[in-house]
Amino acid sequence: MSDIPRDLKYAASHEWSRLEADGTVTVGITDHAQEALGDVVYVELPEVGTHFDAQGEIAVVESVKAASDIYSPVSGKVIAINDVLEDSPETVNQDPYGDGWFFRLLPDDPSDLGGLLDADGYAEVCANDEH
Amino acid sequence: MPFIPHSSGDVQDMLATIGVADVDALFDEIPPAIRAKGLTQTPPGISELEILQLMQERADQDSGRICFLGAGCYDHHIPAAVWDLAGRGEFLTAYTPYQAEASQGTLQLIYEYQSMMTRLLAMDVANASVYDGGSGLGEAILMALRANKKGEGRRILVAGSLHPLMRSAAYNVSRLQGVEFVTVPVVDGRLESAALSDLPAAVSLVIQQPNFFGGLEAVDQLTDWAHAAGMSVIAVVNPLAMAVLKPPGQWGQTGADIVCGDGQPLGIPMASGGPSFGFLCCKQAIVRQMPGRIIGKTVDLEGRTGYALTLQAREQHIRRAKATSNICTNQGLLVTAATIHLAMMGPEGLARAAKASHANTRQLVAALTDVPGVQRTFSGPFFHEAVLTLPKPAVEVRDALLARGLLAGLPLSTYDSTRAHELLVCATEKRTTRDIDTYARLLREVLA
Repeated sequence: MSDIPRDLKYAASHEWSRLEADGTVTVGITDHAQEALGDVVYVELPEVGTHFDAQGEIAVVESVKAASDIYSPVSGKVIAINDVLEDSPETVNQDPYGDGWFFRLLPDDPSDLGGLLDADGYAEVCANDEH
Repeated sequence: MPFIPHSSGDVQDMLATIGVADVDALFDEIPPAIRAKGLTQTPPGISELEILQLMQERADQDSGRICFLGAGCYDHHIPAAVWDLAGRGEFLTAYTPYQAEASQGTLQLIYEYQSMMTRLLAMDVANASVYDGGSGLGEAILMALRANKKGEGRRILVAGSLHPLMRSAAYNVSRLQGVEFVTVPVVDGRLESAALSDLPAAVSLVIQQPNFFGGLEAVDQLTDWAHAAGMSVIAVVNPLAMAVLKPPGQWGQTGADIVCGDGQPLGIPMASGGPSFGFLCCKQAIVRQMPGRIIGKTVDLEGRTGYALTLQAREQHIRRAKATSNICTNQGLLVTAATIHLAMMGPEGLARAAKASHANTRQLVAALTDVPGVQRTFSGPFFHEAVLTLPKPAVEVRDALLARGLLAGLPLSTYDSTRAHELLVCATEKRTTRDIDTYARLLREVLA
């Protein structure tokens, strides 16, 4: 049973989002996702300053056996990326909701976060994933 | 792992076990409309004796001529041990190395090949090879586009002195991804630096060294210009020449970004133009954009050295449509031969072969320009090929010399009808003074 913090928002594609006090949104991948991927060896992050539409392919996470696209949960501009992942990609496995964050967005419209799943909604997605 | 074919008894047993009447029934899912009706255009098989006789007739047509033909495929000496070893069953029939634990020999060999190529070319990383130089250039161009962080540009500046076949192969590989080629003008057989500033902005500059005409480009100046203009540099090189010329990793202030070329000069027979292999190298920073297999060195659980395919997330079997390329193989046997060749020749042997080729070509050019009416077309330095302007159309001269037992060179009209009197000649380390004297004598005869 994976860890699904109740204070975060989720996408069915396994990204989590956290609305910060300053109106920006921090994004990463969930515990369920890092478990399924296996050891992360590389994360390809977007360029700071680039704008992405919701569901746009914004990053790529590579493990030893797979490479997965990461989709932007909302439309917005990238204002920060997590440099730690360049030298220590394993941080994604070790601390997916903390130090393993991927990037931070300035959303076009903060209310867009309302369209994302809450912890229970995401737990259902995970339950359906199990086979 | 031995190869053991099925006997018809084996086949009957298997069919009985799975309850199927015959092998054809296994293909029932394929709609009749798209099934092949057999090889209607292929004649029936012939015996081993007949095929040997046929091949001997064909081979006789090719043999016994003195070769002064280059233009991308060269008559170099290959030590006998190279193919004696490469022909061993362990190398000849080795399978592709996707199962590391069953392929350590193959993987170690490719790792050594990669290491040697990075040293020869002064680059950070080499892959396990691609099909040939031309398709390798296509891959290099697509790689440069992917590595370009400065926007969506699809324009590539291509040296006008690039081998026309390499250009067309590269264009065919890359054009379906919207690539636009702009040609850098050539003056006196080389790229003209004065013309550079008139060229439109582009993602990358492709430079061939030595170029198609055998000439040497001002690689440092061109590399620095390209980098200052925000472009990456793709170097297309003759690997033998790199034993004596400045390798692309040392061009300009920061070196070429991607290096490719054809490996035929490294222990691969001419064989009427193929097969060959292409090498591909790059700077560490863009290694994740490089296509093809890459072998890495690592340790197993007990700390012993081992080799494995690495950075596989670039490749087809993991990324599918998002892979760096559709290529999922390498030219294993030819890379084996090239690696043995490089190991046997060593840096000194390679340099000697390169210098002897250069010296022989200088001697050839001197002897031929001594023939009345024959002169050098271009004025700059050359490696082991040069272009001569003849008083008669080069195709006529080539044919007349062919009838006299000499492969004279490549008429440039093959690719450019405005160059009807120009002939590209080449002398490798295998050509003797007698060969060169024979060429001069026959040329005098033919032009008289």
